[in-house]
Amino acid sequence: MLEIRNLHATVEGREILNGIDLTIRPGEVHAIMGPNGSGKSTLANVIAGRDGYVVTEGEIRFDGKNLLEMAPETRACEGLFLAFQYPVEIPGVANLYFLKAAVNAVRKYRNEPPVDAMDFWELIHERMELVQMADSMLKRSVNEGFSGGEKKRNEVFQMTVLQPRFAVLDETDSGLDIDALKVVADGVNALRGPERGFLVITHYQRLLDYIVPDYVHVLVNGRIVRSGDKSLALELEEQGYALYNEEPGRARRVAA
Amino acid sequence: MNDSTQALERLATSDYKYGFVTDIEQETVPPGLNEDVIRLISAKKEEPEWLLEWRLEAFRYWLTQPEPNWVRVHYPPIDFQAISYYAAPKQKGDGPKSLDEIDPELRRTYEKLGIPLAEQAMLAGVAVDAVFDSVSVATSYKGKLAEKGIIFCSFSEAVREHPELVKKYLGTVVPYRDNFYATLNSAVFSDGSFVYIPPGVRCPMELSTYFRINASNTGQFERTLIIADEGAYVSYLEGCTAPMRDENQLHAAVVELVALDNASIKYSTVQNWYPGDAQGRGGIYNFVTKRGLCKGRDSKISWTQVETGSAITWKYPSCILRGENSVGEFYSVAMTRDYQQADTGTKMIHIGKNTRSTIVSKGISSGHGQNAYRGLVKILPTAENARNHSQCDSLLMGDQCGAHTFPYIEVQNPTAQVEHEASTSKISEDQLFYCKQRGISAEDAVSLIVNGFCKEVFKELPMEFAVEAQKLIELKLEGSVG
Repeated sequence: MLEIRNLHATVEGREILNGIDLTIRPGEVHAIMGPNGSGKSTLANVIAGRDGYVVTEGEIRFDGKNLLEMAPETRACEGLFLAFQYPVEIPGVANLYFLKAAVNAVRKYRNEPPVDAMDFWELIHERMELVQMADSMLKRSVNEGFSGGEKKRNEVFQMTVLQPRFAVLDETDSGLDIDALKVVADGVNALRGPERGFLVITHYQRLLDYIVPDYVHVLVNGRIVRSGDKSLALELEEQGYALYNEEPGRARRVAA
Repeated sequence: MNDSTQALERLATSDYKYGFVTDIEQETVPPGLNEDVIRLISAKKEEPEWLLEWRLEAFRYWLTQPEPNWVRVHYPPIDFQAISYYAAPKQKGDGPKSLDEIDPELRRTYEKLGIPLAEQAMLAGVAVDAVFDSVSVATSYKGKLAEKGIIFCSFSEAVREHPELVKKYLGTVVPYRDNFYATLNSAVFSDGSFVYIPPGVRCPMELSTYFRINASNTGQFERTLIIADEGAYVSYLEGCTAPMRDENQLHAAVVELVALDNASIKYSTVQNWYPGDAQGRGGIYNFVTKRGLCKGRDSKISWTQVETGSAITWKYPSCILRGENSVGEFYSVAMTRDYQQADTGTKMIHIGKNTRSTIVSKGISSGHGQNAYRGLVKILPTAENARNHSQCDSLLMGDQCGAHTFPYIEVQNPTAQVEHEASTSKISEDQLFYCKQRGISAEDAVSLIVNGFCKEVFKELPMEFAVEAQKLIELKLEGSVG
C-alpha cells in the first residue's frame, strides 16, 4: 500500500534521505530503527507532507496514487496518519472538538455526512477505555498542559478514533514508562488488521516486544542499510549502530 | 514563503454582507454643527429645557477642546462641519404606534440583517430596540417587561416618559466634559436605548439594541443609559452594522451603566460596523465612550466585547468600582485585518474596599491590521485589599500587521494585589501542520485555532451571541484556503 522508491530529501538544503526503498503491504507492520540524525523523523515528515522537507528525487505511492502531489490534509483524508514525536498544543480548542472536526473533515472528503453524535460518543468512549484515558482529557485543550506521556497517549487515542489505513508512529515510545508503552502498543494492536499498514519508528527495541513487527529496517545516514525480521531489533539492541556508521558501503540490503 | 503563510496573507478577501443601503425617504439635517442644529435636534425630540441647556453647555465646552491625538491610530483630520448630525426615516403622521405600523422597508432591512422586529419571529427571550441612524424605530416586548416594572425604550421616549430618571443619572458616569467625543455626543446625541430595572428584579430576557447606520454623510451619536437598581440583574446585548460607503463615517456613542447595591449588569457587544475595503477606503470611525459605575456595595459590571468591524475602533469600556466589594470585568476580542486599526482596552478604577477586577483581552491582527491594547488599572488610597488580574494576549497572522500593548498600573494602596500577564504569538506552522495532518483544511485550521484563542472571551457571551461571534470570526477569516 505504501511504496517508496529511491527517495531523496533535503531539509534546509542539507540532504537527509539518501535513496530509500521501502514497500509496505496491507496488514504489515514495519519498524524503522536507527541512531539519532539518521533520518527517521525526516522520513515520517516527508510521508506526511510537512513544509520544509523537500523531496529532490524518487517517489512515494500510496495505494498506487502519487502521495507527493497531495496536500498534507489530502493525505490524511486518504487514510494516512502520523503520530507526532512532539504533539502540538492548541490552546482553547477542546480535545473532543478537535477530534470531531478531524473525523468530519475526513468524512466530508469521502462525501459522507457528519458523524452522528451518538455514534461518535460511543466510539470515543470505547477508544478511551482502550488507551486508558480519563474523561477529563476530552474537555482539556488539545495537548495543553499534558505530560509527555499524556501527549503520546492522546496521539494513539486520535489514531484509534480516526482509524487510518496507514499510520506512521514517530518515536511514540520515547519518554514513556512501561505501562504507557503497553497502552500505546494496545492501541496499535487493536487497529492491526489485514487492511492496515504501520510504520513504527523507534529508537529502542523495547516497544517491539509489544508491537511485534513483520520487518525491521535499519536506517543510517539516510539509507536503509539492513532489513530483517524481529530478531534484527534484538541484535541491534546488543551491538548498537556503530558497525553501520563506520562501514556504510558494506551494508547489506534485503528486500522487504 | 510557504503555503500556510500565503493562506494567512489571503485573509483579506471575504465580503462584508451587511453593506447594503436601505432606500427610504430620510429626513436629514444639512451638514454642519452650530447651536441652531442642536436646538433643532432638541426641538425635534420635544425635549425639556434642561436637556437643551445641557446639550448647549456641552457644545460650548466642545468648541474649546482640541481633538485627542494620544491614541495609536492614524486618520486624516475629521471635518466636523461636513457631517450631518441628524438623519431619520420620514414618518407619516405621528410615527408608529406599534410594531405593526413600522415602514415595511425598514422591517425588510432588519429582516435582512437577521433581526426580525415581529415579536413572534424573534429569538426567544430577547427583546430588541432597533436604532436606525438617529432614531429608535422599534422596541419589542415592552409590555411584557413593563409588567415587572422594567423600562426598556428609546432614549427619546425615556426623556418624555421618565424625565426624573434620565435627569438623575444622565452624565453621572460620563460627564459631558469627559473627553472630546463624549462631549460632542452630549451636544448632539440623537437616540439610543434606556433601561431601568427596579429593585430586586431579575430581567427575564436578554435586552438588546441593534444599531444601524444607513444614511450617508451622517454621524451616529447614540446614547445608552442602563440603571440596575438595588439587587437587580440585567444582561444587555448590542449589535451594529452599516452600509459599505467610500467615505468614512463617524460613530461617537456614549454608554453609561449604573449598578446600585447588589445589582449586576452584563453588557455584551458584537461590533461589526463596515470596516472599509481591502485598500482601507471607507469604513466607520468608531469612537466610543463606555463606562460603568459600580455605585453600590457588592455590585458588579461585566463588559464583553467582540470588535471585528470599523475602520478605526477607539474604545475603553471601563468600570468605576466605588461600592465596597464591587466587581468589574472586561473581556475583549478585537480583530483587525486589511487596514483596520483598533486601540481598545479598559480602565478599572478601584475606589471601594475589597474591589476586584478582571481583564482578559485578546487581540488578533492580520493583513495590515494594527491592534493596540491600552488599559489602566488604578488603585486609589481608599481601596483596601483591591485585586486585579489582567491578561493580554495578541495573535499575529502574517508579517505586515502589528500588536501593541500599553498597560498602565497605578497603585496607591499597599494592600493591593495587581497581576498583569501578556503574550504575543503567531499561529505556528506546527499547529497548522498538526491540524492538516488530521485532515482539517488550512482555512478550517486557522479558524479553529483563532476560535480557541478567543474562547475565554466567547464563553462570557450569552449563548446565541457566542455562536454569532464565532461565525463572525470565521467569516472574517474566510479566504484563507491554503
